[in-house]
Amino acid sequence: MSDLAGLKASYELAVVGAGPAGLAAATLAAELGIDTLLIDEQDGPGGQIYRAIARSPLGEPAILGADYWQGATLLAPFRASGAAYLPGAAVWSVSRALEIGVSAGGTARLIQAKHVILATGALERPFPIPGWTLPGVMTAGAAQILLKSSGLVAEGEIVLAGSGPLLWLVAAQYLRAGARIAALLDTTPRANRSAALRHFPAFLVSSYFAKGIALMRAVKRRVRVVRNVTALAGEGQSRLETVVYREEDGRERHLPANLLLLHQGVTPNLNLANATGCAQAWDERQLCFKPVVDGWGASSIDGVSIAGDGAGIAGAAAAEARGRLAALAAAAKLGRIASAERDRRAAAHRAALARAERGRAFLDTLYRPAKAFRVPQGDVVACRCEEVSAREIVAAVALGCSGPNQMKSFLRCGMGPCQGRLCGLTVSELIADARGLSPAAVGYYRLRPPVKPITLAELAGLPKSSEAVKAVERS
Amino acid sequence: MAAPDVIVIGGGLHGCSSALHLARRGLAVTLLEKDHVGRHASGVNAGGVRRLGRHVAEIPLSLAAMELWHGIRDLVDDDCGFESHGQVKVAESEAELEILRRRVAELGTLGYSHEELLGADGLREILPAVSPHCTGALLCRADGAANPYRTTLAFKRKAESLGARIEEGRRVTGLRRVRGLWRIETAEGAAFESPVVINCAGAWADRIAALLGEPVPLEVWALMLMISGRLPPFIRPVVGTVARPLSFKQFANGTVLIGGGYRGRAERDRNWTELDFRGLAQSAETVWDLFPAMRGAEIVRAWAGIEARMPDDIPVIGPSSTEEQLFHAFGFSGHGFQLGPIVGALIAELVTGGRSNLPLAPFRVDRFQKGPA
Repeated sequence: MSDLAGLKASYELAVVGAGPAGLAAATLAAELGIDTLLIDEQDGPGGQIYRAIARSPLGEPAILGADYWQGATLLAPFRASGAAYLPGAAVWSVSRALEIGVSAGGTARLIQAKHVILATGALERPFPIPGWTLPGVMTAGAAQILLKSSGLVAEGEIVLAGSGPLLWLVAAQYLRAGARIAALLDTTPRANRSAALRHFPAFLVSSYFAKGIALMRAVKRRVRVVRNVTALAGEGQSRLETVVYREEDGRERHLPANLLLLHQGVTPNLNLANATGCAQAWDERQLCFKPVVDGWGASSIDGVSIAGDGAGIAGAAAAEARGRLAALAAAAKLGRIASAERDRRAAAHRAALARAERGRAFLDTLYRPAKAFRVPQGDVVACRCEEVSAREIVAAVALGCSGPNQMKSFLRCGMGPCQGRLCGLTVSELIADARGLSPAAVGYYRLRPPVKPITLAELAGLPKSSEAVKAVERS
Repeated sequence: MAAPDVIVIGGGLHGCSSALHLARRGLAVTLLEKDHVGRHASGVNAGGVRRLGRHVAEIPLSLAAMELWHGIRDLVDDDCGFESHGQVKVAESEAELEILRRRVAELGTLGYSHEELLGADGLREILPAVSPHCTGALLCRADGAANPYRTTLAFKRKAESLGARIEEGRRVTGLRRVRGLWRIETAEGAAFESPVVINCAGAWADRIAALLGEPVPLEVWALMLMISGRLPPFIRPVVGTVARPLSFKQFANGTVLIGGGYRGRAERDRNWTELDFRGLAQSAETVWDLFPAMRGAEIVRAWAGIEARMPDDIPVIGPSSTEEQLFHAFGFSGHGFQLGPIVGALIAELVTGGRSNLPLAPFRVDRFQKGPA
C-alpha cells in the first residue's frame, strides 16, 4: 500500500513501527487471522536496526555484519502473512479510544483500531557537551543511518566519542567501509567496570560476549582508543575544528577533527506512548524513563501494548520475542485464540526472550553513562529546538519551576519540533540534580499529539466535527 | 503555626493574585493548591491580554486590569512576557463588519472608546498578511499577550515575598466551620484553619462550593490550542474573528499559536485532557482561509487545559450566597487571564472592607438560581 486512500476506516490491530518487534508482532497477528495494519515511517521494513534491509545500497554485505542481515529473515514471513503495510507514514497520535492519526504523502487520516501495538523502538540518548550543536558533530546512530540507507561514509578526520556497543559497531562498520578514524574516545567511567563485574558470568555465556570482543579487537587494531575520558567538547568557529578532551590526569588534549560522532547508548522512544497517556517509570539502571508494561507488553491504557526497545532497551532479538508475545495477547483479547492457547504458544517466545536478555545487565552497568555527560552545565544547550541552556534551566528551578512541564511552560524547552526527543532526559536529570532529587520524583515531559509535526494542510483536510464544540463535562 | 487570616483554595492566576493583594494589605495568607501552581488553565492558556470583545459587565474590570498590565513589573517584579501589539477582531463579510459597527456604537453609548473600528484599508495596514476577503476589524491597540505560566509564577513569587505561604500538593477534601473558624481538611492529611476562605479552585470550584451545599452550575471543558513551527515574522497583533472561533498570534521566535474555542475532552479527576483532532481541523481550516502565509506551516504541538465556564460566559466573583466569610472567584474560561491582576485586588477589597470599588453585581454566585434575579 502506498497511500492513505487505500486504508480501511478500521482495523482489528494496528502496529506502529516496522523494526523487529513490529514486524514480528504484525506477522504473527496476521497469521492468527487478525485484520492487521503495520504502519511505519520508513520507506521499507527493518526499523533502525535493520534499516533498508530490503534494499541495502551496500554492495559488500560484510560491511554491516551478520547481525544486520538477521533482519532479512523477518521479511518473507511478514510478506506472506497478509498483514496490510503502510510505509512512509507518520503516526502522530493514538488516542485512548484507539483512534490513530496518520500522515503520508501530504495527507492525513484518522483510523480506528480495536488494539494497538506500539513498537517505536529506541532513540540515542542525548549527549549534551559543549559544542554538540556545531555542524560537524552528529550522533553515531545518524552516521549509521547514512551508511545503511545511502551507503555514505564521511571523509576526513573522524573522531568517535562516547560509550556503548553501538559506538564500537559503527566504528567497525566505518572501518570496513573504508573510513579512517583518527581516534575513539571512550567515556565509559572506570568505576563501571567493577560494578559490572558481578554481571559478568551471565554476559560470558550470552551471544554478546564473543561478538563484542571480536568487534572491539578489530577496532583497536586500526584505531587509537583513549580510555577513561572524563570531559569532552567540540570547538570551532562556524563548524567543528577541534575535539577537546580530558583523561583522568585532568590534562586537556586537542585533536583536529571535522567530524565528531557521539554516542552513549539508547533509550526507549516513548513519545507516542507518553502522548497516549501510558504510565511510565524511571529505570535507575538504564537511566531512562520507560513505559510500565506487564509480561505481555500491555500498558496502563486498555488496548495499547508496547513491544521492543520502546518498552525498555533489550535489543533486537528480545524485541522480536516481545513483539510475538504482544501479538499473542492481542489475539486472545480479540477472541481469536483462547488464553490457554496464548500461554502455550508464549512459552517458546518467553524462552527466546530470556536468552536474548542474558548479558543485558552487564552491558547496562558497564555502559551506564557518567553524570558529566548527562547533566550539562553553564551555556551548554539542553533543548536544541528552543536553544535553552543548562544555566537557564537551573535558574528556572531556583524560581520555582519544579518539574519538566513547568519548565516547558516557562522556557519553552521541549516545545519545538522534536517534542522533547532530544532534550527530555537531559531536562529531567538537570532539574533532578538541581533539586537534589531522583528523576523518578521529578518526572518527564507530558507530551501531546501531534508527536510528529503535521502540516496545516493535512490537519485542515481531516474530517471536521462541530461535536468538538460541545464536548463539555457536565458537573 | 498561628492560623492565617485568609486561606485561598487554588493556585491558578486568580488564587495567586488574591494571595498577593491580600498580603499587600498586610494579611497573613495561606494558599492551598492540589497540584502545582499554574498546572491547569492558568499555566496553559493562550495568554491573551484582551479588552477587545468583552461582555459589557466585564468591561470596567478589564479596563482596570489593563492599567495593571501596563505596569505589571511594578506589581510583581517581572514583565510576565507581556507585549502590547494590539488585539484585532476580523470581519470576513459586510454583514460581519456591520456587527462590529453596532458594537462600537453600543460601547459609545456606554461611554467606552477602547474598541476602534477599522475598514478594509485600516485592517490591511495593521495586518498585511490577512486574506483579501476580509472587510474590516475591531482593534484594541493597547491590548496584547503575555506568557501565562510565567505570569502565574510571578504572582506566586511576589505573594510569597510579601509573606504568603504557598502550599502545593494540598487537595482540599473537607470544609466546615468549627467554633467560628473555617476548618479545611486535605487529602494529604494536613488540616488548616482560618476565619476567611477564598474559593479560586477553577474547574474544581463547584466541588469546593458543594462541600457547603452551595449549588454552582459550572461546566468543565478543555479549550484546545496548537502551535506551529517557526515562520518568518508576518503578524504582530493577536487576531480573532467575528464569526469563527479563533485566537491567533505569532511569538517573537516565529512560532504561531492557534486557539479559539474548539474543545477536547476534559477528565478533571485524572488531570487529563484528550484532544479532538476533528475540532483542531476546524481551527486549521479557519487559519487556512484567513492567512494564506500559514498554508505551508507545520503544526508541532497541540494541548488543552482544564477550564471552568459558567452558563452565561461570565465568571463568579464575590461573596458566597450561603456562607459568611467565604468568597468566590472562578468560572473564567476563555477570558480570565487578563482579569487576573484586578480580580485579586477586588477580592482583597471584599475581604478587608466588605465592598469593592468596581461593580460586581453581575458576577453574583446566586444569579443562576430560579426566581427573580
